[in-house]
Amino acid sequence: MTAFNRDVVETRVFGVLRWVVIAVLVLATAFPFYYMIVLSLRSLDEVVLHPGALWPAEFDVSTYLSVLLPEDDGGQGFLVFLRNSFVIAVLTVVVTLLAAIPGAYAISRLQFRGRRQVSALFLAVYLFPAILLAVPLFVFFARIGLRGSLAGLLIVYVAQTVPISIYMLRNYFETVPVSLEEAAAIDGCSRFQIIRRVSLPLAMPAVVSNALYVFMIAWNEFLFALLFLAEDRDRWTVSLGLSQLAGSIEIPTTVLMAGSVLLTLPIVVLFFFAERLLVEGLTSGAEKG
Amino acid sequence: MTTQMERPTATVPPTRMPTLAQRDARAGRVLLAPTLVVVLLVVVVPIVWTVVLSFQDLRLIDLRRRGLWGGFTLENLAGVFTSRGFYGALGTTLLYSVVGTVTSIGIGLVAALALRRRFRGRTVARAFMLLPYVAPVVAVTFVWQTMLNPQFGIVNEIGTNVFGWADPVAFLTQRSADVSVFGLEFSVPVALLTVMAFEAWRYFPFAFLFLTARLAAVPGELEEAARVDGATPTQRFRHVIWPQLLPVIALLAVLRFIFTFNEFDDIYLLTGGGAGTQVVSVRVYELLTARGDVGAASAQALVLSLVLVVLLAIYFRFWGRKVEQS
Repeated sequence: MTAFNRDVVETRVFGVLRWVVIAVLVLATAFPFYYMIVLSLRSLDEVVLHPGALWPAEFDVSTYLSVLLPEDDGGQGFLVFLRNSFVIAVLTVVVTLLAAIPGAYAISRLQFRGRRQVSALFLAVYLFPAILLAVPLFVFFARIGLRGSLAGLLIVYVAQTVPISIYMLRNYFETVPVSLEEAAAIDGCSRFQIIRRVSLPLAMPAVVSNALYVFMIAWNEFLFALLFLAEDRDRWTVSLGLSQLAGSIEIPTTVLMAGSVLLTLPIVVLFFFAERLLVEGLTSGAEKG
Repeated sequence: MTTQMERPTATVPPTRMPTLAQRDARAGRVLLAPTLVVVLLVVVVPIVWTVVLSFQDLRLIDLRRRGLWGGFTLENLAGVFTSRGFYGALGTTLLYSVVGTVTSIGIGLVAALALRRRFRGRTVARAFMLLPYVAPVVAVTFVWQTMLNPQFGIVNEIGTNVFGWADPVAFLTQRSADVSVFGLEFSVPVALLTVMAFEAWRYFPFAFLFLTARLAAVPGELEEAARVDGATPTQRFRHVIWPQLLPVIALLAVLRFIFTFNEFDDIYLLTGGGAGTQVVSVRVYELLTARGDVGAASAQALVLSLVLVVLLAIYFRFWGRKVEQS
């Protein structure tokens, strides 16, 4: 008799539907990455003959070799691109943190005129399309001769990542009890000593997650790399290199697939390694609604 | 900070030591200064400069010879409003933003609800949900392009063999296709729908992330009480969960709309702006690089931002209060 009341029906339906949704979503998110790996291990002839095959007939790792080798040795030079990406991403992380840690501390702890306006200004950064900033920056860097240099790109990346870093770190600094800092102040610490000895060590999880996030942004960035570095192949990042070569008909898709695995792998490894840290850093504050 | 404190008080008439609040204020400004300089230099100055550029007749080739000032004209802005291409691109941008925002939040919500209760493998499933968002945009667009390739892409392979499509579909290069459903013929914008699907796929994790965090904070007693009172799952969602999520959804809608409206990478990499997918930011890029028309590019970017500001102002005028109330 009770078998058909609304509650039971709904509970059963959603009980089944839930698993369907989970299966579809996992398939939809994971499959493109699986396809990427499989394709990078197959030869192009085989792909054209059997487009539907989901497992390589034989593992062909020569694609990786040919994408990594320098151009002179018949490769695509991705090793150089990887180095460029790595250097610029690490430098972006370092410079961003050097600016963002003191900045976030100041906004979370110190009362000064203009504090709120500065916070608003930083958030306004994300209101404007990157393409709007790109035009004058392009003109400016072209004039002072920094276009095509990694230094110019670094400055742009830092400006793009500092505001979100300050936002993430500020939330964390606010959870550090003020009483700890006051105790240190009574013991004779100056403001800068307090930051270095008390607040910063306590905020380390947030700093690490923020560093990973900034690394990810810098590693994945495309538009500014395209505008600033496109002309000089030796300076290409992996993202730029892959996008520039993707249109070419001479390079087999499977080789470029190997390139895109190399582009994705560091980020995915980093992400699985630090998922919890990252997610907490990003969504802290969302719980409060 | 230290100069005043170290001043020998015996020779100089005693100046007042700065209070703690004054010292804090000064420290605050010092600590924030580097960030402020970078942001002003690379974000605020360029924005202002865009306004200047959009009133200048400036080409990329005479960039080095020309001064920063002068050569003013109104033609760029006039050109924005008289060119037919701009309205088309603006319409595409709006449609793309609305559909992209709604679908990504919708899927994110469904995903967050489905993965809410603990099950074996949930941690891994959650990590998978976030992959599209964290993976490099160039890599994922390339995989999509390959998957959708009419010659050897897996989607067309499955479509023709399993679903019996007559011909492979050129998802990214075909502007529109005629589809008949129950005898009704209508045309669908193929490439535009494909980039929208990509947008939903790539950004639903963003909504999923925030909604999952918010769901975890919904007090269990509320739902338990509703259950005891005989509320069914849909009723519990409608009257208990939904009101709790609404503020986050409103915030997500604003954020996603802004980001999608300004989006460049995804469409540029997938279609290059062809086949009816040209949004304004791709148009700006083309004006800048292919035509070298700095003035026209700036003017379009400027108008794009103004449109966004107006839309946001309208949104907050009508919705800001309702969201606060809920």
